[in-house]
Amino acid sequence: MQIVIIGAGVIGCAVARELSRYDAKIVVLEKEDDVACGTSKANSGVVHAGFDAKPGSQKAKFNVLGNAMFDSLSAELGFSFRRNGAYVLCFSQEDIPVLEQLAVQGGRNGVKQLEIHTGAKIREREKYVSDQVVAGLWAPTSGIVSPYGMTIAYAENAAANGVEFCFCKQVSSLGYRGAKTVVGCLDGSEYEADLVVNCAGVHGDDVNNMLCADKLQIVARKGEYMLLDKTASQVASATLFQLPTKKGKGILVVPTVGGNVMLGPTAVDVDDKDCTDTTREGLAEAFDKACKTVPSLSAKAVITQFTGLRAHLTTGDFEIGFAPCKGLYNVVGIESPGLTASPAIAVEVASEISRAYSLAKRSDFVAHRDAPPCFAKMTDDERARLIAADPLYGKVVCRCETITEGEIVDAIRRTPGAKDLDGIKRRTRAGMGRCQGGFCTPRIMEILARELGCDITEVTKSGKGSEIVIGRVE
Amino acid sequence: MMDKNLIIVGGGPAGLAAAKAAYDAGERDILILEREDRAGGILNQCIHNGFGLHTFKEELTGPEYAARYEREVAARGIEIKTGTTVLSIADKTVACVNAEDGLTHYRAKAIVLACGCRERPRGAINIAGCRAAGVFSAGTAQKLINIDGLMPGKEVVILGSGDIGLIMARRMTFQGAKVKAVIELMPYSSGLNRNIVQCLQDFDIPLRFSHTVVAINGKKRVSSVVVAAVDEKLRPIAGTEEEIACDTLLLSVGLLPENEIAKTYGIELSPVTGGAIVDDALMTSKEGVFACGNVLHVHDLVDFVSEESERAGASAAAYIARGGELSDCVAIGAKDGVRYAVPQLVRRGGEGALGFKMRVGKVAKDVKIVLECDGREVASRRRQIVTPGEMETLTLTAAQAQILRGAKEAVIRLAEV
Repeated sequence: MQIVIIGAGVIGCAVARELSRYDAKIVVLEKEDDVACGTSKANSGVVHAGFDAKPGSQKAKFNVLGNAMFDSLSAELGFSFRRNGAYVLCFSQEDIPVLEQLAVQGGRNGVKQLEIHTGAKIREREKYVSDQVVAGLWAPTSGIVSPYGMTIAYAENAAANGVEFCFCKQVSSLGYRGAKTVVGCLDGSEYEADLVVNCAGVHGDDVNNMLCADKLQIVARKGEYMLLDKTASQVASATLFQLPTKKGKGILVVPTVGGNVMLGPTAVDVDDKDCTDTTREGLAEAFDKACKTVPSLSAKAVITQFTGLRAHLTTGDFEIGFAPCKGLYNVVGIESPGLTASPAIAVEVASEISRAYSLAKRSDFVAHRDAPPCFAKMTDDERARLIAADPLYGKVVCRCETITEGEIVDAIRRTPGAKDLDGIKRRTRAGMGRCQGGFCTPRIMEILARELGCDITEVTKSGKGSEIVIGRVE
Repeated sequence: MMDKNLIIVGGGPAGLAAAKAAYDAGERDILILEREDRAGGILNQCIHNGFGLHTFKEELTGPEYAARYEREVAARGIEIKTGTTVLSIADKTVACVNAEDGLTHYRAKAIVLACGCRERPRGAINIAGCRAAGVFSAGTAQKLINIDGLMPGKEVVILGSGDIGLIMARRMTFQGAKVKAVIELMPYSSGLNRNIVQCLQDFDIPLRFSHTVVAINGKKRVSSVVVAAVDEKLRPIAGTEEEIACDTLLLSVGLLPENEIAKTYGIELSPVTGGAIVDDALMTSKEGVFACGNVLHVHDLVDFVSEESERAGASAAAYIARGGELSDCVAIGAKDGVRYAVPQLVRRGGEGALGFKMRVGKVAKDVKIVLECDGREVASRRRQIVTPGEMETLTLTAAQAQILRGAKEAVIRLAEV
């Protein structure tokens, strides 16, 4: 049994990992040169409590199931996760019934411990929250996670259990050859599969429509974010929502597990599914609306901006299950709360596929993945031991985030490992701090060239075509 | 835990000069901690000349200037640990790490912060657009070319007319790149006038004031930038957008003192300079902890960094020898066009002459820089022109300084002549 998974975002990697519990050959095809290069690298990183989704929807079901899995899953796979709680803030007395309605909806979805707090009580806990806030829905089970950290953890554990990752494989055709489904890639390579699992994110409709007569349509919904310097992280300890709107959960002020605070996202439908440019208008909107929640925000604290694209299926819910054509399983339209839902979705997908194909459980599956060493978070004793074992951990490369050469080398040598500057950044945080790689970029280029055995002029930011330099000085 | 009388954080021009002066003032137990693999700091990548006119009365390149101070430090047998990053300072104990010694703690009697500055990155100025390769801070591009021998790009737009940007316009041109424009948000340059002449005008590179970059285009690599004029409130004016094809955008949009360790340590910082608030011995709000060079406030000329840092080094040595019995301070305000003056505090119990360094907020002609004590002009200096890009100085005689030390209030300001 050969299964080809298209897409190495959090869904593709989670599904790969859960399927690797079973006796099957699993290949993941990814068009970029690394995992977590699309929506999974650019979202709010919120593990939603589950009050927001419509009762009875797939979103509600998998949100609540997924949320409950994070404590044990983060320990098992070694990624950062914290239940920091969330407030949905209400700015006028008239809207309080909407808040109460949200609490009732949460209850119907199975969300526990929801409470409505007064503005004063909220400001006791979150002292930077606006005086205009009159009440808020408190959801203590809400959490935060590094979405790419989680994706990478899933991918590494999948690879350790035999999943093969193939990068720079953009799928361009799907067809049948006998009993097999044939996946054709832009570079001319072909993969035969008994089953194709479509985890292609914003391109999930394209993949489905290549094979299936029942067409799907995904709208890319752009969300722009701003990231604040760590010295500004006191502004929020819980995730701060405003009352939701039709297009989504509105602008958040949200802490990250890395110790920053993010503002965003906006929500604008766009035609170009690959365009992650930020816009002046979008950034201004994100900042201005975040100021409604925390009026004292300073634009001076912003260190970077980014855009993510949500895969919004026109039906409005997740589409998970065997497609109405042979050899295709769809996991598409996984927009928010998709990150939260991903562990539960993956378990469900693997279980359904294994039943359909009578796949046996493997006895040699290893569920645990060792977290990469993180020098900045270690105690002095741990640091001393690490440097004694490998002196490269005594060489600080990224001064803003205190990332050592040892950590960078480890990130490159893992499977699937970092191949470019962005891959290093997502795995180690090197270059993610306040100088945004100003000092460490040339050093990391040297380390990448040395470890990958390539020329330094071939080192890229994010795959072929994004070489950092154009050549040597003549 | 090891004991050291004096720890100097940073082995660039500031740290080297502070070490030399501390030694010459009698201190022998000195350790310099430098994070790079060699001393010299940012001077190592500044291979152009123009350094040392004040200090050595001759024109040196950056590495030559650094080498002179390195020799002075070596001749005195002062210990320097390179490849060593300071992780934190707490209670006058410096935690640092390197590959050879691992994690080490030094308990110091005095500390000189000489850790320099960093460049303001793209994110801090909110330029919208793609996240393609090809956007560099000017200093990163300078390191790539001058140290690593790597060419960042061939068609270049530079945003910001800070000195590094101007120097890089010339450097890229020398290497065969086409520098299409230098774009400056303000109606004046933040760089030295001599650099505008020697780096832009001599090469016919256009410098466009009151413009900014509003978007960066490209998929994997930058393919163009969009430039627009700005109004008097520095907002882009709709309809003035112009696309310039390029593969590289260099940013020279300001330098920020690198004070994160100082901040965590609880040292009081000035919101204007981004550096510590210091007294006339260059001592910070933490007794026995001094600051000098670009970590204190960003300088234009390394010569002034050396001079200031020698003062900090000598002060630190004196502090170790005599201990601290600190007198009260008179605070020196800044107004009427003067953004800040350093030092911000002067000890009433001191003696001798005093010098201030300062920056103005905008260009002004035919003015004088005035020190007023309790409403009375105590010292002044006439200037034909002052600009934000050039640091100004005001020196007080011993007699003038004594008046200041006895004053209730003091302020430095610009006045018409």
